[in-house]
Amino acid sequence: MLAERGLVFPPINEILRWQDIFPSFNKVALIAVASALIGIGLFLLASRGDAKKAPTGARNLAETTVEFIEEGIVMQTLGKSGLGWTPFLLSLFIFIFLCNLPGVIPILQMPATARMAIPLALSLLVWVLFIGTGIKHQGMGYFTGLLWPAGVPTALKPLVGGIEFVSTIFITPFSLTVRLMANMMAGHILLVTFGLLTEALVTAETSQALLVPAGIMPFFMLIFLTGFEILVAFLQAYIFTILAAVYFNNSTVGHGDEH
Amino acid sequence: MEAFSALVAAEEAAGSFDPEAKNIAAATNAGLAYGLAAIGPGIGIGYLVGKSVEAMARQPEAAGMVRTTMFLGIAFTEALALIGFVVFILVKFA
Repeated sequence: MLAERGLVFPPINEILRWQDIFPSFNKVALIAVASALIGIGLFLLASRGDAKKAPTGARNLAETTVEFIEEGIVMQTLGKSGLGWTPFLLSLFIFIFLCNLPGVIPILQMPATARMAIPLALSLLVWVLFIGTGIKHQGMGYFTGLLWPAGVPTALKPLVGGIEFVSTIFITPFSLTVRLMANMMAGHILLVTFGLLTEALVTAETSQALLVPAGIMPFFMLIFLTGFEILVAFLQAYIFTILAAVYFNNSTVGHGDEH
Repeated sequence: MEAFSALVAAEEAAGSFDPEAKNIAAATNAGLAYGLAAIGPGIGIGYLVGKSVEAMARQPEAAGMVRTTMFLGIAFTEALALIGFVVFILVKFA
């Protein structure tokens, strides 16, 4: 009875599940497709600029992003020999960032990465790639290196090898997926909560003199959290990309002799 | 998990199963689960960032490297809290 008039928190499916626009294509899929197209469009636009002049507009943005990926991610983790990974990591970063950002864009208000599908597909892609890189650079020694790590006392090798194998093969894609999904979903639910609080206080029916002005507090929190979510959207894209780079590096050089 | 569903089945068979009681238990335990899951990562991230700031203040020229490593460490530590959050959602709504 109380819940019907006061603050009603909607069931989780109402926040995260969307009606199909047409069969098997909903808002989340629309955002994902739009992010991919915007990313491609931005770089196509940038590639048309004159390379000899100082960069302007879209080219400026694209060059800053490429430089950020090169300096901030590839050089920090893979080193100079890993510069070939830049295009892949760049597309990964742009796509995730553009999928995260609609969480704070009015009307859209839904990060596409808050559903399991997109983070899972991306981390499975990274998983296949880093195992493939390991096999390419170390042959089957990649798996024996995981199961029978060098430089560990023989008595501990089965234990360390088991932990190492499980953590590399199973935990890695799982944590990569859950980290991105849970971060964006938590942010989304937080924004919903403070939006609902604001609305419930402003439209309060009893003791209005007290409750309506109090609505300013969750509203300020909502504004602050919206800014915070922009930061989180960037940070999660950055972390996903840099972790992918770290995994590629581990597969390339093998454990134990890194750096 | 199986023991839990066996328990629920036994409760249902005994006729004392109350969906409202299940909701109340779920809400309580979900809050408890997330609260417990947040303690460790909270301490961990605080320690990690504190040490990183110390390192950056001591050697500002290494700040870039320290920052990258700090973000990596935060990502690994934070994963535990986030798994706790997922458990919260599962316990509360699933």
